[in-house]
Amino acid sequence: MSREGWFNLALAGLLVAFPLAAQAMDEPFLVTLATRAVILALAGVGLNLALGLGGLVSLGHAAFFGIGGYAMGILASHAQGYTPLAEWPLLIEGTKSMPVIWLVAVATSGLAALAIGALSLRTSGVYFIMITLAFGQMFFYFAISWPAYGGEDGLSIYVRNGFPGVNTLVPLPFYGLCLAVLALALMLCWQIARSPFGLALNAARQSAKRAETVGLSPYRLRLAAFTLSGAITGLAGALHADLNRFVSPAMLSWQTSGEIIVFVILGGTARLFGPVAGAGVFVALEHLLGELSDFWHIWLGLLLLAVVLFARGGVVGLVCGERRHG
Amino acid sequence: MTLLLLAEQVLNGLQFGVMLFLMSAGLTLVFGVMGLINLAHGSLYMIGAFAAAAVAAATGSFLLALAAALAAAAAAGALVEVIVIRRLYDRDHLDQVLATFALILIFSEGTRWLFGSFPLYLDTPGWLSGPVALPGGIQYPAYRLALIVVGLAIAGGLGLLIAKTRLGIRIRAGEADREMTAALGIDIRRLYTVVFALGAGLAGLAGAMVGAIQSVQVGMGEPVLILAFVVIVIGGIGSIRGALIGALLVGLTDTLGGLFLPRLFALVMEPSAAASAGSALASMLIYILMAAVLIFRPTGLYGAEA
Repeated sequence: MSREGWFNLALAGLLVAFPLAAQAMDEPFLVTLATRAVILALAGVGLNLALGLGGLVSLGHAAFFGIGGYAMGILASHAQGYTPLAEWPLLIEGTKSMPVIWLVAVATSGLAALAIGALSLRTSGVYFIMITLAFGQMFFYFAISWPAYGGEDGLSIYVRNGFPGVNTLVPLPFYGLCLAVLALALMLCWQIARSPFGLALNAARQSAKRAETVGLSPYRLRLAAFTLSGAITGLAGALHADLNRFVSPAMLSWQTSGEIIVFVILGGTARLFGPVAGAGVFVALEHLLGELSDFWHIWLGLLLLAVVLFARGGVVGLVCGERRHG
Repeated sequence: MTLLLLAEQVLNGLQFGVMLFLMSAGLTLVFGVMGLINLAHGSLYMIGAFAAAAVAAATGSFLLALAAALAAAAAAGALVEVIVIRRLYDRDHLDQVLATFALILIFSEGTRWLFGSFPLYLDTPGWLSGPVALPGGIQYPAYRLALIVVGLAIAGGLGLLIAKTRLGIRIRAGEADREMTAALGIDIRRLYTVVFALGAGLAGLAGAMVGAIQSVQVGMGEPVLILAFVVIVIGGIGSIRGALIGALLVGLTDTLGGLFLPRLFALVMEPSAAASAGSALASMLIYILMAAVLIFRPTGLYGAEA
């Protein structure tokens, strides 16, 4: 097994052992912290599909994260208020069931990614970055100025939603549920990277022209990757909102987009476990530096600058050495 | 609705657009000449506003405050260019995005550390505080009118600088072919620092001038930065003329959309629903405009064909 393989295995082991140890030491707060890291890692895994495999630098993934969050908030708030979402043309009730919420979050954020991607992918490079950022901002302002679901104040729910057979109110089982979702997403990405689709996408990233000459359509490949990427990030958004029992326009803000990119880069672009390592380091820094100083973002900024300028492979790159191909 | 209200809103839109232009001009120059996407441009806007607020509080002079804003932002721009940005020209856009995102974090938290979290206030100068009467019986704040005039004057001056002066010729040469320009004996590194500082100074000036009508606070630059991106996408990257047209389009669309859409919706809906739906749609209008431009001209109105 390669060094990266061992690293991934160790990381997976840590994901299982850390919360169990925290639980044994009677530190439920650390379990919640780990849950946050796992959910943010899932958001990063979603972006990594577009960014790492597809080479699409999206600065608008907060849109999908937030749409997933609002899918949870809207469905759950209707369920707890016993008001139907819509009565015509057919009756739609709210729900407190996680599987249904996840399905809705994946579908809506995937649809949004399809629409944004269809427009943004007409361009490339720096235009693409600016346009995804702008579309993300569009959803942010829409959420602020649309008063039906809390506007600027956001939307909170009283009780965490349920999953059949799991007591989601207790930190550890909820962590397990989130970890299972992350594991499934990682498996999916691993399969995709080896599939004909993944190979074609990789080819389109390295040279769109060459991909075209062998009969592939870079636009379609990228749109598919972008849509799937948005859907996974949307699912993470639903989980994140459920963790906090709260969703607000802050989830849609451009800082969120920046942070999701930071997870991916801090960990190591296009590495399967990169976002997991990145989100873990981010949450740990946030916790440790946040205790030391109110201005911990300065240190995060300096660290990020150092990673970009001097350690381009991120955490995984530092531990496992440079990638053989890029 | 009266014609007067409409005229006033058109002027507001112009004022907004002109300030957006000052932001976009620096961004589009830096991208056009150095091929760099700079997210930290909003931080330079913020630095200008804070420098102006500090100097105005110390000296009481608005003109000194504007000069300080220009100088502080240009100096910060030159410093950042020499220390960090210079290393990013050969990197891909992803690295540029991340490094400049890191700069935002450093600048924002650094400013919060120096000045605290509470917004500062910068007063409009006494000699520009009242309204002026315009032809047609329009009463319009003198300060906002001054912003329009100053902004348009800077736009004209920048156009002349690029088109007529030696520096402008060098900037255009650097944009067209970096190696060739360097081979002709022009210090391209210094040219880049100058261009970056110029863009930074314009952003700082805009921050100070807008800071007098809004509050001066940490994070004030990024919403404007993102609007400036919309402007550049609409106008075409690297084109100063495109930035001006795009900025005015965005400014007018945003201001007039906020005015008309709720009224338009009120024709078919009940008033409260119309107000919320109208304002929600109005907040999305400039992005819809951007999407429309993208569909018909993916490289922007004045952008070079890809």
